Amino acid sequence: MPLNLDQVERLARLSRIEISAADSGETRDQLNGVFALIEQLQAADTRGILPMAHAVELAQRLREDIVTESDRREAYQAVAPEIENGLYLVPKVME
Amino acid sequence: MINRSLKELGAALAEKRISSVELATLFVERIERLNPTLNAFITVDKGKTLAMAREADQRLASGLAGPLTGIPLAHKDIFCTEGWLTTCGSKMLSNFVSPYDAHVVSRMKLAGLVTLGKTNMDEFAMGSSNETSFYGPVKNPWDTARVPGGSSGGAAAAIAARLAPAATGTDTGGSIRQPAALCGLTGLKPTYGVVSRYGMIAFASSLDQGGPMAKSAEDCAYLLSAMAGFDPRDSTSLDRPNEDYGRDLEKPLAGLTIGLPREFFGTGMAADVRSAVDAALAEYRKQGAVTVEVSLPNSGLSVPAYYVIAPAEASSNLSRFDGVRYGYRAPEYADLSDMYCKTRAQGFGAEVKRRILIGTYVLSHGYYDAYYLQAQKIRRLIANDFVEAFRHCDIIMGPTAPSTAFAVGAKSDDPVAMYLSDIYTIAVNLAGLPGMSIPCGFGEGNLPVGLQLIGNYFEEARMLNVAHRYQLATNWHKRMPENL
Repeated sequence: MPLNLDQVERLARLSRIEISAADSGETRDQLNGVFALIEQLQAADTRGILPMAHAVELAQRLREDIVTESDRREAYQAVAPEIENGLYLVPKVME
Repeated sequence: MINRSLKELGAALAEKRISSVELATLFVERIERLNPTLNAFITVDKGKTLAMAREADQRLASGLAGPLTGIPLAHKDIFCTEGWLTTCGSKMLSNFVSPYDAHVVSRMKLAGLVTLGKTNMDEFAMGSSNETSFYGPVKNPWDTARVPGGSSGGAAAAIAARLAPAATGTDTGGSIRQPAALCGLTGLKPTYGVVSRYGMIAFASSLDQGGPMAKSAEDCAYLLSAMAGFDPRDSTSLDRPNEDYGRDLEKPLAGLTIGLPREFFGTGMAADVRSAVDAALAEYRKQGAVTVEVSLPNSGLSVPAYYVIAPAEASSNLSRFDGVRYGYRAPEYADLSDMYCKTRAQGFGAEVKRRILIGTYVLSHGYYDAYYLQAQKIRRLIANDFVEAFRHCDIIMGPTAPSTAFAVGAKSDDPVAMYLSDIYTIAVNLAGLPGMSIPCGFGEGNLPVGLQLIGNYFEEARMLNVAHRYQLATNWHKRMPENL
């Protein structure tokens, strides 16, 4: 299932990664190399096998519904690209 | 002093033959001298290191010291370290000073270890040669024209060159074991869930596991005992009693059954690796172990299954890097969506982008069943192979990597060739088993060869015992590169 350039562009959009027209050909070729490797999986007979999502089978642990986190907003926001009055700033999404 | 074991360093500190400040200074000066050539460290901060060493000296003086108090340690730059730059080898986090400590980092602080700095690594741990780092490639101290392996390549090079007595690493598909093999070290990836992933920047969460890298199995036993333990902040951390992983180090090996997977001894292994591994197995037989052939029939599918599962998890994990809450943000953009796309285009390197795109594809509508679910089913087949193999043996052995360290640039333009350098290590992560690499000789060009040990679930102490007995009889692990 080799990818074409349109599919590479769609993947880039879904991944929120800009890929320039100049780079998309090389990206396609390298992805297709990896997909050729992945394609080997199709030959395996997995009928009746349950998917293994995790290395160790465990149930999600539950805890008491109490506050455990302290407020460290200032420390966490100190590493943000842009903040104002304790809020994260992003470019305007509506006029 | 630079060749001493952690136990010897601990004794020297306890008996006041050296202070922690003196010891830290010794290693910091070696870093200052040799790091410009090796590029093993991304960040060193002498002031912070010496402050920690002074605290350790006070602890030693007050009689409250543990066996590791005052010993210097390097952290892989994937571990969040409060007040230290924590880049994960990426431009995306090139300005990120962590506001908190990873669980591993706080455990090591609690034990009194002194942070020497943050080691170089493949970007977001995605690589097997340390060439994908935004901070440039790390050189192998055994031959600076060669790679140290990856992704914990900086940690491996640092210990091999004696810039640090020990280091933390992480292993998602071989990132502790393969660089340990290529640099002539001992490295251990614990059973999944033994070491907390809290504050360890996530790559593929169902596979990622932190572990120790050092010169010997004995050193790794000390480090793992300090590092492991339950952490409620990691939902996959296992609530088990704390262990002394060194408790069985000295046990004789008579009666031990070593399984040799026939799939690991095929044509893929280089001749020099094969002869070193064969010689190691002969030493084990000499010590009373028996070897039996076992089979891991689905292990040939571990690399393709991994390159579905790991990118799928990575594409989800790395969606958090969006230029809003931390890290890099593109300087110019048209709107919010454009800000995301440009930030991620500029902040991530080529290999990371490639894996995000692969992950996005295999999780997308219409392909999920064919790729992602199929890979997860094969993951179970691979795990079942190990369950069957361990019915016939106590431990599994084979090569860690198919060849010794390859030349810088040899595989950097061919992702699939690079992926295959983890062909013997990846199955262990998929199954969640503990694995180790120990030095077992030298191949062509005087380059180290690693022997891989794979234990059953939670058999770290057994694995360390098996490694230690070999290291009592051999001195491969004591060799260090010349001219350093």
